[in-house]
Amino acid sequence: MNKCIERLYNGIIKENPTFVLMLGMCPTLAVTTSATNGLGMGLSTTAVLVMSNAMISLLRKMIPDKVRIPAFIVVVASFVTVVQLLLQAYVPAVYNALGIYIPLIVVNCIILGRAEAYASKNDVLSSAFDGLGMGLGFTLSLTCIGLVRELIGGGAVFGHVVIPEDFHISIFVMAPGAFFVLASLQALQNKIKHPVKKEEQGDAAMACGGCCAGCMDTVCAENHKKIQQAKKMSSK
Amino acid sequence: MSKLLNVSASPHVRSSAATSSIMCDVLIAMAPAALFGIWYFGFRAFLIIVLCVAASVLTEYIYEKAMKKPVTITDLSAAVTGMILALNMPVYIDLWIPVLGCVFAILIVKQLYGGLGQNFMNPALAGRCFLLISFAGQMTQFYPDGVSGATPLAALKAGEAVDLMEMFVGMIPGTIGETSVIALLIGAAYLLAKKVINWRIPVIYIGSLAVFVLLLGGRGFDLGYVAAHIMGGGLIFGAFFMATDYVTSPITPAGQIIYGVCLGVLTGVFRIFGPAAEGVSYAIIFCNLLVPLIEKVTIPRPFGREARQNGKE
Repeated sequence: MNKCIERLYNGIIKENPTFVLMLGMCPTLAVTTSATNGLGMGLSTTAVLVMSNAMISLLRKMIPDKVRIPAFIVVVASFVTVVQLLLQAYVPAVYNALGIYIPLIVVNCIILGRAEAYASKNDVLSSAFDGLGMGLGFTLSLTCIGLVRELIGGGAVFGHVVIPEDFHISIFVMAPGAFFVLASLQALQNKIKHPVKKEEQGDAAMACGGCCAGCMDTVCAENHKKIQQAKKMSSK
Repeated sequence: MSKLLNVSASPHVRSSAATSSIMCDVLIAMAPAALFGIWYFGFRAFLIIVLCVAASVLTEYIYEKAMKKPVTITDLSAAVTGMILALNMPVYIDLWIPVLGCVFAILIVKQLYGGLGQNFMNPALAGRCFLLISFAGQMTQFYPDGVSGATPLAALKAGEAVDLMEMFVGMIPGTIGETSVIALLIGAAYLLAKKVINWRIPVIYIGSLAVFVLLLGGRGFDLGYVAAHIMGGGLIFGAFFMATDYVTSPITPAGQIIYGVCLGVLTGVFRIFGPAAEGVSYAIIFCNLLVPLIEKVTIPRPFGREARQNGKE
């Protein structure tokens, strides 16, 4: 059981697919115009992820190594179709809001990534929990991004308007806003998870003093080139 | 003898120009347009200019204090950003909107990328476009002297005639600083005389737009139409004060010419084929993104080195 909890923790916090692995950026940026959309997208992906991970784990000994990617896609696509038809039947509002991004779950890198990296090598239970953890991590991130974008851009929280129309900064529900919010939340979670080490001394022998943010790597690249040239000369 | 042995590392030719003196010159050059704006639009224009400059400087100060960086507000670059943004505001806008634009320009576009010299696009223009997208209604409502009216470019687009003399003096609807061509030209002449900017970018920009409008404007050889395009929509302001920003324009002479042509063509495309009447801001920030590429292809050959062949050194 410990392993299952570890998988959940891994998916939601340690290797959060959006903020740590940076996978599935396309739906992350596109559908998070509101918290509800983010939640809907996240949960649909979670459902597909759990089922596909379990199924691929079951079939892992039968799938020949050479054709594993097509095999994974067939499995994932079947589950996506199931989820798509269910959404269309029971929650048409979410289905319409998410549009093309539901069928596109098939090619979501999180799902293929987990199938390749985890489910094809581990037993069924841990694979299912791995999918659940990753899915919940994805849902959490998408909902957070959607919440912030909806609040600033549309003045609402889950559809309930809390800020009057004059103060809506509508760029946040458009494409640029998605990047702003994703970057800010990412910076925030990095700040919490990896506090900056104090007083890290740069390498004074380097031309730039070892401060890599300052020179944007131009000095390092230059140095590297010179070292390579020197090596080439000496080997001749 | 000691004079002869005075060996030092380059640079050997020094100038007294500092960031603050250049920025101060830019502020002085914008003064005529700002004063005209205050006289024409009234006290509210003054209030917006003061608020914007204060908000920009304060944002820079607070960010640098909070991040424990050296405080650079005395180089006046934040004040210039605030001033440009203020002159790009319509006068009857809610006062908190320009302040928000300044905070965005300084904090996100300038400081997060590393401060002055590292910003990849003009902060003031990025701030303006941010506001233009977010508050499209408020940002495009121009009420000169309390009377509602379309800007000359919008009127042109609708097929109406415009009064060129009024455009030249500045008695037209528009943002605070863009209306008066003559006031802007006085400032531009000051910048050119002080050698803060050179002629290439603005002249090539305006020239290529004029050629574009003449060829593709759909009005044949109508010089009045071309003149209206040059004097309207903040083109003069953009060409002399915003496109020439040191950080976001190419430094190679050939690059500046390419940059100017790109600006002119893009502005023409946005104005004539786009849905909106104006396109200067978007053209400039788009070309800002092209600058690293332009500089890469126009690096001059160092003295004494052989010419490159087929792109190889």
